[in-house]
Amino acid sequence: MSLTRITDRLMFVLLWTSAVLVAVVIAAIILFVGKEGVTTFRTASLASVLLSPRWAPPQSFGILIFFLGSLAVTVLAMVIAVPVGLAGSIFLAKLAPEWMRVLMRPAINLFVGIPSVVYGYVGMTVLVPLARQVSGSVGFGLGVAGIILAVMVLPTITTVSEDAIRSVPTALVEGSLALGATRWETISRVILPAARPGILASIILAFARAFGETTAVQMVVGNAPIFPRNLFEPTSTLTSEIIQEMGQTAPGTTWYFSLFLMAFGLLLTSLVAILVVRYVARRGVAA
Amino acid sequence: MTAPSVPGMSRNLQARHRTERLASALLWAVGALLLLVLAWFLYYILSRGLPALDWSFITARPKAMDAGGGVGPELFNTFYLTFLSLLFSLPVGLGAGIYLAEYARPGRLTHLLRLSVETLASVPSIVFGLFGLIVFVNTIGASFNILSGALTLSLLNLPVLVRVTEEAIRAVPASYREGSLALGATRWQTTLHVVLPAAMQSIITGVSLVAGRAVGETALLIYTAGLTVSRYAPDFSPFAGGETLAVRIWYVKSVALLPDADRIASGASALLLIVVLVFNVLAVLPLVLRQWRDRRLAR
Repeated sequence: MSLTRITDRLMFVLLWTSAVLVAVVIAAIILFVGKEGVTTFRTASLASVLLSPRWAPPQSFGILIFFLGSLAVTVLAMVIAVPVGLAGSIFLAKLAPEWMRVLMRPAINLFVGIPSVVYGYVGMTVLVPLARQVSGSVGFGLGVAGIILAVMVLPTITTVSEDAIRSVPTALVEGSLALGATRWETISRVILPAARPGILASIILAFARAFGETTAVQMVVGNAPIFPRNLFEPTSTLTSEIIQEMGQTAPGTTWYFSLFLMAFGLLLTSLVAILVVRYVARRGVAA
Repeated sequence: MTAPSVPGMSRNLQARHRTERLASALLWAVGALLLLVLAWFLYYILSRGLPALDWSFITARPKAMDAGGGVGPELFNTFYLTFLSLLFSLPVGLGAGIYLAEYARPGRLTHLLRLSVETLASVPSIVFGLFGLIVFVNTIGASFNILSGALTLSLLNLPVLVRVTEEAIRAVPASYREGSLALGATRWQTTLHVVLPAAMQSIITGVSLVAGRAVGETALLIYTAGLTVSRYAPDFSPFAGGETLAVRIWYVKSVALLPDADRIASGASALLLIVVLVFNVLAVLPLVLRQWRDRRLAR
């Protein structure tokens, strides 16, 4: 066998190994984080960890409150970001003139590029004082976290939905216009239903991103393990709690392992999100 | 055509046109809002931060308790960590991307690999951080260090690099490969000498975007690269503490009690934003250059 043939074979093996390495990495993350997390149950009962709403280490390790906190913050962010992001995607795909599009593409990329700690910083210095003035509370809390997160996930919804809207067959659009429908009627009754799988995918991806966002949320959410009764009350999320307490817990304690359990919960959530996106996308345009 | 003569219909048509105009106005408003929010963000961060940026702030060492510290070592660490993380992730990311685009045949393994890339791309950065803590920090040394941070960061880069490479290579026309293979080149020779050069511009764009994301990363680095910097600057030792600009902002705003925390946070935010902007410009540069060249050639 000549040298070129040997190189060819060798490179194939190397490339294959790199690809398999990616699978090994994700498997290792699930395995290692999962193993540390599940160790929580050696010293604390399943029910007391997953169902108790009380987080008071080292007596009680109920992580439910953080899950609810994450959910509250994320749902609020989605309530704001989905309508705005979707409108943005329709605008970009169907209405915006060329010069506006040229301006908005890099702008949206920049939204993604701004580091999360900078979002947190702006939230802390602008929105928190504003919330304090409006409500008379400490300012830190659910509302500010929701708004900051909404801004952060907007690009995900806008770009993914725009792709979905663009990929709707022209024949469908022209058919609708030819029947006398206005542009808005075509958008709302033909394009959006046809683009539904892609739009759903964008929403799920944005949800997963918001659920896993750490630094920005930790800086503005107030970090108190309670469920907020209104927009101005502080709460705590899975991510903010991990970043807040990881440095203070001794390795090998139930407290330490319970933080890994929260991380494992985050990991499973993002895994489920990906599987749902795949399922939704496979159902295709016809759905 | 009897429709317009029915009075009810024409009123209906008027209503439909009102809705149309209203919807257009709303969509335009949202588009403008998105641009305004971004413009305000940039203005706010730069206008607050730029006055704090002077030579001593950019080069001086941070202070633990008193006012007047700089972010010199943090700025160095930001670039050093990003560079190291790319050094680790580029070979694997490019390799996996090339494999998926050029070699992978549909089947169970390919399906699993694609699922892995997608899943890895959606792992929250704090989860990477904890993984890096138990796998890298605990094996390399007792305390947080640059190497652990860079290795963990490279895992975050990986899925994006794979995707970018795969897409760039898929965009290369099949005729290129066929021409090369017909001349008797092997698969690898074709990939190395024909396909990769054609895909290089898109890959560079992708790498710039990855670098732009890496410089701003926080949650992943706090418990891997840590919150300290070396006594020497610049310190290329991979075992030194690796606090970056982004982590410094987080630290002074939510942990430390520095008298001038706001000056440091606003200055460092502006500095970080400038770095991100530069990487974003670098990302679109190959594309702009190509368009410019094409236009000149067309003339």
